[in-house]
Amino acid sequence: MKDKAIELAPVDKIVAGYSHDYDSNLIAILQESQDEYGYLPKSVLKEISRLTDVPLTRIFGVVTFYSQFTLIPRGKHSIKICNGTACHVRGVDEVKDRVKEYLNVTEGQTTADYQFTLETVACIGTCFLAPVMMVDDRYFGKLTTDTVADIVKEYSN
Amino acid sequence: MLKRLKSHDDLIAMRKSGDKKLKQDKVKASICMTGCRALGAQEVYEEFGKQVKKQKLQDKVEVVETGCQGLCARAPVMTIDPPDAPSIFYGRVTVDIVPDIISNTILKGEVINKLCYASAGKKIPYLNDIPFYSRQNKIVLRNCGIIDPNSIEQYIEKKGYDAFAKALFEYDPEQIIREITKSGIRGRGGAGFPTGLKWGFCRKAKGDTKYLICNADEGDPGAFMDRAILEGDPHAVIEGMLIAARAIGSEKGFVYVRAEYPIAVSHLRNAIAQARKLNLLGNNILGSGFNFDLEIKMGAGAFVCGEETALIASIEGKRGMPRPRPPFPANSGLWNKPTNINNVETLANIPVIIAEGADWYKQLGTKNGSGTKIFALAGKVKNTGLVEVPMGTTLREIIFDIGGGIPGRRGFKAAQMGGPSGGCVPEEHLDLPIDYESVKEVGAIMGSGGLIVMDNDTSMVDISRYFMEFVQEESCGKCVPCRVGTRKMLDILTRITKGEGCKEDIEDLKEMAYVTQTASLCGLGQTAPNPVLSTIRYFMNEYEALIK
Repeated sequence: MKDKAIELAPVDKIVAGYSHDYDSNLIAILQESQDEYGYLPKSVLKEISRLTDVPLTRIFGVVTFYSQFTLIPRGKHSIKICNGTACHVRGVDEVKDRVKEYLNVTEGQTTADYQFTLETVACIGTCFLAPVMMVDDRYFGKLTTDTVADIVKEYSN
Repeated sequence: MLKRLKSHDDLIAMRKSGDKKLKQDKVKASICMTGCRALGAQEVYEEFGKQVKKQKLQDKVEVVETGCQGLCARAPVMTIDPPDAPSIFYGRVTVDIVPDIISNTILKGEVINKLCYASAGKKIPYLNDIPFYSRQNKIVLRNCGIIDPNSIEQYIEKKGYDAFAKALFEYDPEQIIREITKSGIRGRGGAGFPTGLKWGFCRKAKGDTKYLICNADEGDPGAFMDRAILEGDPHAVIEGMLIAARAIGSEKGFVYVRAEYPIAVSHLRNAIAQARKLNLLGNNILGSGFNFDLEIKMGAGAFVCGEETALIASIEGKRGMPRPRPPFPANSGLWNKPTNINNVETLANIPVIIAEGADWYKQLGTKNGSGTKIFALAGKVKNTGLVEVPMGTTLREIIFDIGGGIPGRRGFKAAQMGGPSGGCVPEEHLDLPIDYESVKEVGAIMGSGGLIVMDNDTSMVDISRYFMEFVQEESCGKCVPCRVGTRKMLDILTRITKGEGCKEDIEDLKEMAYVTQTASLCGLGQTAPNPVLSTIRYFMNEYEALIK
């Protein structure tokens, strides 16, 4: 399987920025590449391996170890629902169910139109506003089953 | 514009020029622009800016963007400081009410009642009268919520980098370590290891290259003090690192931050850039010949990376898996060089200890733990937020006096301390003075300071299952006791919560907990059974009710 359509110039540029030390900057290279492509396509990982001399097996090992990395395309917006203790105690499960129902996806899935990817996260450190979620880099607190769908809806437009 | 500081005198001169600015006759309107952003603080801040410009009030009002002001339950919050009157605290501020705040409170000094903190039907307008604030002792959070975290000038005006200059010009490295050891400070990240001792090990370790790491991989669900410190006062952490670097003899440091904390990363990045411009980071710092620089490393979402050997592997660009100790990082850590790792809160304490002295610091707290501890108060409690109190304060004071008690009619059931490595403390221990040892005796741990309050509505078996699910997902899989033990315990707990448990389950849980605790490779597995054991110890009736 080849994903030929993927332009490799951006990853070449990202890797070049770390020419002083590829090895210990592998995670940073992968993070920047994922920001660029939205996920980590196979051809990009191969290109990183070719340029840095880091074996593809090690790269794959790192990618699959950290929950931040994904090998499949993600939606335009990422929704991270907090699964922390305070959120758990304050009823995040119902909020999560409401989002799942609204987007018609389960955890880890992306909507058919590639607008949203739904994830849960261990804790985003805003426990005082529990239950909480993050849409991209923005925090939304004190969620209820009534408010959460409206927030998501705003991002659909 | 930031000018390079060539000497200690330059730093003092910069602070003195700042002193003048502080005395200006403006009303200061400080808005929390970190955690409160989740409830619209950004919009409120922008509206203030717009109104001040429109009404041409630039000479009368100074709008300041601050870090966490602590009383997060009232978000978005702000403080108004008239030049010669007490601070007024407002909560649940909205864009619509900004013009009223300006015309009534800022210009006329009149309080808007509906924005004030209320307790038992009584409105309390002044910050220092609110029990949430008056009963705290802010040492580490001294600047948090007061200064603009993106302004190194404001940090320096508050005597910032003064302690570092003292450590650099008046103390030799051994003296710094003696002072820190004497202060009795212990690591705030969870394990509570004496900081001075740790620094001493690294100083004595053989090798020319030594590394210093700030562990900002705050992963415990329910803890958010490190996030607040980095967002609200990043220079305090940098200053603490500079002092630590001088003490152990390191020229290169790393801050390992969670990727889930974008505001913290941005404030820290800005703070490092400012410190470099002023020559507080880099070569020949303040003309002393001392070199130190910092680099940010972003985590990629793995709880186990809070463990120091796993964190080191992650900085090296590998899978974040722990390895057996010894060798300890102090002798062989990052790239096999001597490495010292401290937590954010620990490092933010360091400048205060150097500035005020170990004897002063030791007066705070108990014999097992000096200084203060920041608790992240959340769950079923009225005043959720950040609370800094001296060690030895009781849970009752934190939850009821400062936290305002439990909302609604349901009563207090337990306080979960220390996250997935900790335990649930029941009502009978509410009057226990909290320090490292006392908390351990009742089956929890101080941990990073997460404090989640649970009311009578919360099922303790469900909580125990919740934490087990968390550690099971986060177990890196390297050692069998943790990988299999957490899975088996989770299976049993899930069965019990579904009402399908059997009598033998409790004994099986206890046995597996013992094996996982004693045979796991790192702290994650060794402490993973704590929530199960503490709930069995105090809430056995709830297990029995589900098993019947």
